[in-house]
Amino acid sequence: MRGEVVVEARNLSMHFGGVKAVDRVNFNLWENELRCLIGPNGAGKSTFFKCLTGQLTPTAGDVVIRDFTATGRQPHEVARLGVGIKTQVPNLFDGLTVEENVLLSARKWHAATRARALTAATLERLRIGDIRHHLAGRLAHGQRQWVELGMVVAAEPWLVLLDEPAAGMTHEETERTAELIREINQTATMIVVEHDMQFIRMISSKVTVFHEGRILIEDNMDVVSADPRVREVYLGHRRQ
Amino acid sequence: MILGILFTVIAPQVLQLFAIINLTTIIALAILALSLALVWGYGGILCFGQTAFFGLGAYAYTIAAINFGGSTWAILVAVLVAAAFAALLGYFMFYGRVSDVYMAVITLTVTLILYSLLRRTSGPEYKIGKALLGGFNGVTSPPLNVPWNPSAILFPEHVFYAGMAALILSYVFCSWLVQTHFGRVSVAIRENELRAELIGYDIRFYKLALFTVGGAVAGVGGVIFCNGVGRVSPDVFSLHDAALTIIWVIVGGRGTLIGPVLGAFGLFYLTSFLGTQGVVNNNLVLGIILILFVLLVPRGIVPTLVRWWDRARARRMSQRRELRLRRRRGAGGVASEAAPGGGP
Repeated sequence: MRGEVVVEARNLSMHFGGVKAVDRVNFNLWENELRCLIGPNGAGKSTFFKCLTGQLTPTAGDVVIRDFTATGRQPHEVARLGVGIKTQVPNLFDGLTVEENVLLSARKWHAATRARALTAATLERLRIGDIRHHLAGRLAHGQRQWVELGMVVAAEPWLVLLDEPAAGMTHEETERTAELIREINQTATMIVVEHDMQFIRMISSKVTVFHEGRILIEDNMDVVSADPRVREVYLGHRRQ
Repeated sequence: MILGILFTVIAPQVLQLFAIINLTTIIALAILALSLALVWGYGGILCFGQTAFFGLGAYAYTIAAINFGGSTWAILVAVLVAAAFAALLGYFMFYGRVSDVYMAVITLTVTLILYSLLRRTSGPEYKIGKALLGGFNGVTSPPLNVPWNPSAILFPEHVFYAGMAALILSYVFCSWLVQTHFGRVSVAIRENELRAELIGYDIRFYKLALFTVGGAVAGVGGVIFCNGVGRVSPDVFSLHDAALTIIWVIVGGRGTLIGPVLGAFGLFYLTSFLGTQGVVNNNLVLGIILILFVLLVPRGIVPTLVRWWDRARARRMSQRRELRLRRRRGAGGVASEAAPGGGP
């Protein structure tokens, strides 16, 4: 079942002054996998995520995406490998319409006519067609999340990195997002950072638990949620 | 644009020569405003020293025209020098990822450095080829001539035509540019740099390209400017002019191209009107205008007018729709009332 490793972090560390946000992490992601990164606040998930996407240059260690050493590269160089990235707080072109937002993403990879068709299809797929002419800056939070997802999908990436895609969504929106993630996973390898356990159950995947900048455990959701260390990390110290 | 062409045709017929020469200067400043409208209004790059490229264009034209003995190639040299300087400065700023505030400081400082540098060039040893730089007096600019015919020198009214043509062409060019994919990406970068990068656009390159184009357009303005005034002096690099350019764009409106052009025209006439009376200080009025605009009309005149217009139209449309609905409902009401009566 396992193909080649497409994302690899070797001894990755990111220190901010004395704080070790990510500390000597080794991480492998196989092709077509859907991996969730979880952990309590401050566990280092987002920092790790930012190191993968080129938004932060790690203090030590390397990130390799396929055969490309992504360490210390510019974010656009990572994106150009065919990597779609969604940030924790939605980053949109607020002064532009939803359609233009998605189009700008599709247009990076395709000529004008193909990009337009792809944009129309993406808006349809995400069910945001009726707000296509709205300014992105005026949208509600949940809608912003989807527009950003639309920008990721429209580029047809082979690797998709999502940082808290379901944050701030209603229950229905969350379900729809989970459905969408499984759909995207048909054609793309994915990493999803999330701390909503219910959401992770919905997309049922392999989970990597971060704690204090390190990987605590890596396994299926059932195993992970039964693990006493994970419970301890999430619910506070109960060891006597 | 049609208004611009009309203006070009009519103005020399009704205005006196002095007014025409004056107008040429304003046209040059309008081109400068246009270049900042492009760089700041569309690209989000706050360049506080757009006058640096404008002034360099003027100096390069003058020096080249003196040395070549004609203006044809001097124009090209001027635009290239302005663009090249913008590219060099932009390279260090964008590839060095200088933040917005420092970018404003750096560009302003560069202008002021040029200002004091050129003021010190008054000795006979400061010359480039045949052209003496002349310190704070500046250099007399050779007038434009018919292309490839240095003996056929343009008269002031012809320079006015050339200026108007340059303004209209620059405007058309900028309008086209912001419509292209390149222009849309530039706007996207203004809206959100991180997102543009995460989609895969090299924002450093896009900013640099836009900044360079802006420098070239400002250079065109510089060429027209020294032709309108007849000379170029270090004053083009002064703090006063650098700040004025920003004010035109703020008053005219960011995110439009025509706004800053109109802003330049309007404020120029306002200041020359204020200059004729001795009651209030000119700069004081400019300062008050700037503060009023920042506080009350932060988007600038043109975007605000467009918004009002849109709103008024939307209101009119909805009123019309309501009327139509009411009429239809009225008609429907009559029909339904009539129906039972006509029953059995």
